[in-house]
Amino acid sequence: MSDKQFDYYLTGEKGEYEVVIGLEVHAQVLSEAKLFSSSATKFGSEPNSQVSLVDAAMPGMLPVINKFCVEQAVKTGLGLNAKINNFSKFDRKNYFYADLPQGYQISQFKHPIVGEGKVILDMPYGTKEVGIERLHLEQDAGKSMHDQDPNHSFVDLNRSGIALMEIVSKPDLRSPSEVGEYIKKLRSIMRYLNTCDGNMEQGSLRADVNVSVRLKGSTEFGTRCEIKNVNSIKFMQQAIDYEARRQIDLIEEGKEVDQETRLFDTKKQETRSMRSKEDAHDYRYFPDPDLLPLRLEEGYVENLKKDLPELPDQKKQRLISEFNLSNYEASVIISDQAVSSYYEEVAKQSDYKLAATWLMGELFAALNKEGKEITESPVSANNLAKMINLIKDGTISGKIAKTVFEEMIKNDADPSKIVEDKGLKQTSDPKEIESIIEKILSSNQDKVEQYKSGKDKLFGFFVGQVMKEMKGKGNPQMINDILKNKLK
Amino acid sequence: MSEIYQLSLCELVEKIKSKEISCEDATQSYVDRASRSKKLNCYIEDTFDVALKKAKSQDQNFNKDQKIFGAPIAVKDLFCTKGVQTTASSKMLEGFKPEYESTVTSKLWEQGGNLLGKLNCDEYAMGSSNETSYFGNVINPYKNDKDLVPGGSSGGSASAVAANLTSATVGTDTGGSIRQPASFTGTVGLKPTYGRCSRWGIVAFASSLDQAGPMTKTVKDSALILEVISGHDHKDSTSAKKQTEPFSQKLTKDIKGLKVGIPKEYKVEGMPNEINELWNKGIEIVKSLGCETKEISLPHTKYALPTYYIIAPAEASSNLARYDGVRYGFRAEGKDLIEMYENTRAQGFGDEVKRRILIGTYVLSSGYYDAYYLKAQKVRRLIKNDFDEAFKTVDTILTPTAPSSAFEIGQNVDDPISMYLNDVFTVPVNLAGLPAISIPAGYDQKNLPLGLQLIGKSFDEQTILNNAYAIEQNLNFKPQIKDWWM
Repeated sequence: MSDKQFDYYLTGEKGEYEVVIGLEVHAQVLSEAKLFSSSATKFGSEPNSQVSLVDAAMPGMLPVINKFCVEQAVKTGLGLNAKINNFSKFDRKNYFYADLPQGYQISQFKHPIVGEGKVILDMPYGTKEVGIERLHLEQDAGKSMHDQDPNHSFVDLNRSGIALMEIVSKPDLRSPSEVGEYIKKLRSIMRYLNTCDGNMEQGSLRADVNVSVRLKGSTEFGTRCEIKNVNSIKFMQQAIDYEARRQIDLIEEGKEVDQETRLFDTKKQETRSMRSKEDAHDYRYFPDPDLLPLRLEEGYVENLKKDLPELPDQKKQRLISEFNLSNYEASVIISDQAVSSYYEEVAKQSDYKLAATWLMGELFAALNKEGKEITESPVSANNLAKMINLIKDGTISGKIAKTVFEEMIKNDADPSKIVEDKGLKQTSDPKEIESIIEKILSSNQDKVEQYKSGKDKLFGFFVGQVMKEMKGKGNPQMINDILKNKLK
Repeated sequence: MSEIYQLSLCELVEKIKSKEISCEDATQSYVDRASRSKKLNCYIEDTFDVALKKAKSQDQNFNKDQKIFGAPIAVKDLFCTKGVQTTASSKMLEGFKPEYESTVTSKLWEQGGNLLGKLNCDEYAMGSSNETSYFGNVINPYKNDKDLVPGGSSGGSASAVAANLTSATVGTDTGGSIRQPASFTGTVGLKPTYGRCSRWGIVAFASSLDQAGPMTKTVKDSALILEVISGHDHKDSTSAKKQTEPFSQKLTKDIKGLKVGIPKEYKVEGMPNEINELWNKGIEIVKSLGCETKEISLPHTKYALPTYYIIAPAEASSNLARYDGVRYGFRAEGKDLIEMYENTRAQGFGDEVKRRILIGTYVLSSGYYDAYYLKAQKVRRLIKNDFDEAFKTVDTILTPTAPSSAFEIGQNVDDPISMYLNDVFTVPVNLAGLPAISIPAGYDQKNLPLGLQLIGKSFDEQTILNNAYAIEQNLNFKPQIKDWWM
């Protein structure tokens, strides 16, 4: 980890500008049914095949809260180190659009279920704390398709009514990279908790990005613009960069930045205005009279807390403090849940430090070569653990293990068997090693002299010769120790 | 001997169960009469053929256990009825046939009721005279020389009960829409406690105020229908977690010792003398039945009407947003989505509906929410507190139902505020979520019916039913329907 400094400042004529970013992330809740109806939530089904009477807003239909979605939101809130509000309310957000059957979205305005929290990012220049303002539950809208027919738009209501968690950050982010890390962190937390699959391509994670600029050192916020519905980290980063520069240009020309909602054109890689403040919707929020306020019982939150899985940050700290992994190793391991599970399997059966080394070294190399994911690993966690234990108990050396590993990749064979069959056991007999060392030293007297008069590098030469003599099966540590002794 | 259609619901069901009358005869009797009563315009759509078929099959499958077995019942066209047109009396839903049945009407059919058809009402339940229906005005079976309104919004329902075109019905009451038309037509109308009956499948007007309720010829009938339609529904999050009660079985006219409150603020200036007299008569009657009467104060009564006309339109403006021509119902084409919305809603909704949507949108809009909607909700709390306080010392509250008898068709159409004043005695009850019943108590000088209202404690429908039953039995109000329209 380099001692880098934060350096995302954009240069204008007036000086250096800082970019201030806040994110509103919409995360689809993983649940069997929708937030207020019992329809299925599966992605990719036939259009309008997962739409109940309530979802279609037929006359006389009424919402009923899905308790599991509430649980998912609370768990996510706990994962964000946030305050859980035992009392919250649902409000109607009123506006008209063809994919919004009710003519309003049931959301939470004044009293969200989750309050303030925080998320820690690992940046190259140190850790960064990003504040969370709130998390609330709301209904997703359906999907409109305008490109299927020249004269008609089509509406698919499968998505209408699916539970969303809207996570609002404080305006604490300062660069496209921080935004990328923030999204990845949120996604990782939610995947660990199994509350959202974080699949941006499928739309289960999207974000509205709020961007403003100000001169470096200023404490006042500039006027912000909202870039709506960006569905990949790459696009978010491009959009931020473009938008920040657009705003700076305006300011430098002496113009004002208009507060407005913009869209990111992914082809042209620019943002363009969607609607101005004057055209902004007046949502006429009011508490939904079809629903009672949501009250969490005494002990509800405590119970959920008890059963929470270990979260990425906690796990990372544990790996570093208990098992001596480096910050980098720990970060890589926790970043992906599948990697983390595999790692845990190996480590708890063998050794945490060695498991990290082998995972991130040989195993990742092998996977990359084949273009495989950890879930398709040719070597099972059990066998890798066994192999590591063979190193630990001295049966083989680290070097020999590489050979064993190569064999294991072919057919996930039991490493003990490989060692047996190929006679790869290392020699750890001190007498045998000592005699070979003496032999090497005595046939290289000149070099011994040179070593004793200061050429330290020759130590490696001796080790190499001993190893060669032992056909690579010498216990390297023992060779080292005995050789050191002999050369004193 | 009474005609079948003159029997009360309870009498009819009893005679059906004792096989004195067949289900077919019962349904045929109402079908005949309703077919000759089109002038009153109570029915938007009839299901007479299907009803007769069902009645015949009921005769083949006799069921003594169903509480209203064989009873021919038409319902307000606000209840979604499976496969049967449900319009909310609006062009917006003309031709709409739900694939589902409302919880309340499901219960009627489960207990042996037989659907006669859908009854006319004010459009989207917005009105007090049934003059806003897309399907034309309903005419009150009571008449002087001019045609009179039956009240609203459940005008078609009240008229049909009064004119014996159905054995009983269910209506909905948001600000008085069951009670006021009951009062105008000399029938019994009950609005249960908010949450007593499910709202699932009822076209929503104002979610925190709407309640379904019985509209019947007698108090006992009302108790029986209430028994059938009440009960918790998990599909309605505002449904009270209470099961139904045997209201009709526990009905009694022994109300000795009951404390009846008389709210002084209901003595409204300009109220016709006859109404005051009727009210006093009611007070005398309950006293004679062994009740204690006492004057109570409901100090925030005068704010109830403006509070209602902020909250109800606000909720309605949001509830009616779904009628946009996209998924069902009426659609007028446009060159783009916005134009389609504008044309559809301009043509699909009538004037009163538009008026209330505009009011509702305004009071919820940015900059006005606090001053109007939020303020109204706070006043609503004060109105409820008034009742809670009063009910510490009384068991029921006795008031007139409406500030006048039925007025002429067309009289108030150009004066929305005058129209809204019709609800002055009924609206506070909806705001407080309490149960209330209107019973016919007498006639005015024009020989038009006048009603008295009894308001009860939360979920204490039994007490107001008993109170009403006792007065009804004592008064012996006789309907004076002359069949002038046949």
